[in-house]
Amino acid sequence: MIVGDSKPLEEILEMIKDRPKVLVLGCRGCVTVCNVGGEKEVGILATTLRIARKKAGLPPTIDERTLERQCDPEYVEELAEVAEGYDAIISIACGVGPQFVSERYPTVRVFPGINTTFIGGALEHGVWGERCQSCGNCLVHNFGGLCPIARCSKSLMNGPCGGSANKKCEISPEVDCVWHLIVEKMEKMGRLQELAQVWPVKNWSTSRDGGPRKRVREDLKQ
Amino acid sequence: MRLQYPSSVRVIQLPCSGRVDIIHLLKAFEDGADGVYVAGCLEGDCHYLTGNFKARRKVNYVKKVLEALGIEPERVEMFNMSSAEGPRFATVAREFTAKIKELGPSPLKAAQAA
Amino acid sequence: MKSGSNLEKMLSAGHFAVTGELGPPRGNNAEEVRHKAKHLKGIVESVNITDNQTAVVRMASWAACKILIDEGLEPNLQMVARDRNRIALQSDLLGATALGIKNVLCLSGDHQRFGDHPEGKNVYDLDSLQLLDTFRKMRDEKTFLNGKELDGAPEIFLGAAENPFADPFDFRPIRMAKKIAAGANFIQTQCIYNMPKFREFVKRIVDMGLHEKCYLLAGVTPLKSVGMANYMAKFVPGMDVPDTFIKRLKGVDKKEQAAEGIKIAIEQIHELKEMKGVAGVHVMAIEWEHRAKEIIEGAGLLPRPQV
Repeated sequence: MIVGDSKPLEEILEMIKDRPKVLVLGCRGCVTVCNVGGEKEVGILATTLRIARKKAGLPPTIDERTLERQCDPEYVEELAEVAEGYDAIISIACGVGPQFVSERYPTVRVFPGINTTFIGGALEHGVWGERCQSCGNCLVHNFGGLCPIARCSKSLMNGPCGGSANKKCEISPEVDCVWHLIVEKMEKMGRLQELAQVWPVKNWSTSRDGGPRKRVREDLKQ
Repeated sequence: MRLQYPSSVRVIQLPCSGRVDIIHLLKAFEDGADGVYVAGCLEGDCHYLTGNFKARRKVNYVKKVLEALGIEPERVEMFNMSSAEGPRFATVAREFTAKIKELGPSPLKAAQAA
Repeated sequence: MKSGSNLEKMLSAGHFAVTGELGPPRGNNAEEVRHKAKHLKGIVESVNITDNQTAVVRMASWAACKILIDEGLEPNLQMVARDRNRIALQSDLLGATALGIKNVLCLSGDHQRFGDHPEGKNVYDLDSLQLLDTFRKMRDEKTFLNGKELDGAPEIFLGAAENPFADPFDFRPIRMAKKIAAGANFIQTQCIYNMPKFREFVKRIVDMGLHEKCYLLAGVTPLKSVGMANYMAKFVPGMDVPDTFIKRLKGVDKKEQAAEGIKIAIEQIHELKEMKGVAGVHVMAIEWEHRAKEIIEGAGLLPRPQV
């Protein structure tokens, strides 16, 4: 899923300063699963903003709404009747949400209420880890199912570097050295010999380096 | 036991303090509460094992939200007590009420009255 | 001969080689480079010029290399994959060799998180092995990475680094073999303090026959003080400083610690000279270039043979 993190409250308050009527807009997709932008978080953020408004002696017009997904125009369309009545919409979906909403309602000011952080999964309840960098050419099966592009701090394809110590990365004792994990896993699988080959340079043109990407399925297109 | 505790304390019963959510605590403030506290079982005595620990973490989260809003974080607290400790329940109610009185009315009310 | 560099000639003639290291200044002070270089002249075959080491911005490595050449020293250009993509790396190699640089050491580079610009974006288009492979291809096949022919190919003696003390230990010799396969003609190691562990590493290298495919230069860094020893032991990732050295430094008067550190370095070099599979030493007297001579001389390695 796409994982995000709430923006500091101070930053959100600054965004909606002098904008009386505000909609906090959630998404039932990834951000609901990672507890940052679903219906529940919409309630918490909207309540918090209303407390702030009341404390400032201002009318607390902070509405709440959660769409099925903000990355699909058909759901964004559901706001057609109401969007223009707001002075600000705070989208707490991933970075796609505020873009799709502002694209559909160009006269409305749309703000991102969360920071989109990475593509990852839940390591335990309340903890998420990065697993994918969407390089556009998946190779994880060659590395024991672990991605060196997303999980090695230097994206090394021929690791581990000299900074690997006690299974941890040189950048922080909080970060596992994925190359240590790869070597261990491949050894356990009896595939260590595969790591003896030099991995050639990667073609990054399928990654963001090739420019913004688009995917077309001719069979599905209208 | 006929124990007295301040009538300003409004008790909301839950099956376990673990049921308390951030939104409940915030809603109370939004609706004008001057202070909110969670009375959970003693640590280690939770029937659901960790409900009271979770409640404490939620209370701490709300403290941070209040702080970011410029509201005294002491307006929300977590207390642990056994269900057999009637007197402690009353004492906590009196002490917390006294502390909130000291802090004065919620800044939300003050702003709206102005 | 790959490049005909002094270092390559010395190693291929079978002499025990000595290399040094110089960190460019944090400014454009060319005089400082000349000053540091003076201390290393005539006592080492080649001087590694670090490339923004520890991700702290310094004078460009190739430029400092050129100053050394002008001063009559032979540089070893370090190049990290952290800051440049394949376009810039190939371009810089062409420029560097056009200026007369003959030794190049390919590294991945310390992550910028601990440098002086931790908010920067890193590149890592290539890793150190792919960098070696790219440069080897430019030299041997006379083509760019994309297969297009070069108008003038670089003649370089290619090096790589290895940290025998990084984890996982058992994989290190395999990775060194990969570096050789990618194009490393020589390997310089991280500073060695844990000699028994290094001995075990070299034994594995020799068992694999890698010492016959590549020259291994063992890294030696004198411990200047107890403080430095403690710092290296605790804060430098992948560094293994046994307590015995810290105790030994603590055992002497504070004023004598530097001399004791030099004594330790000399003893280490004597031990390394006798180790099968070790072709030379890489003396990294960090910000201590003026004491390098004491160490090299003390180890009986002066004067340097002429080749």
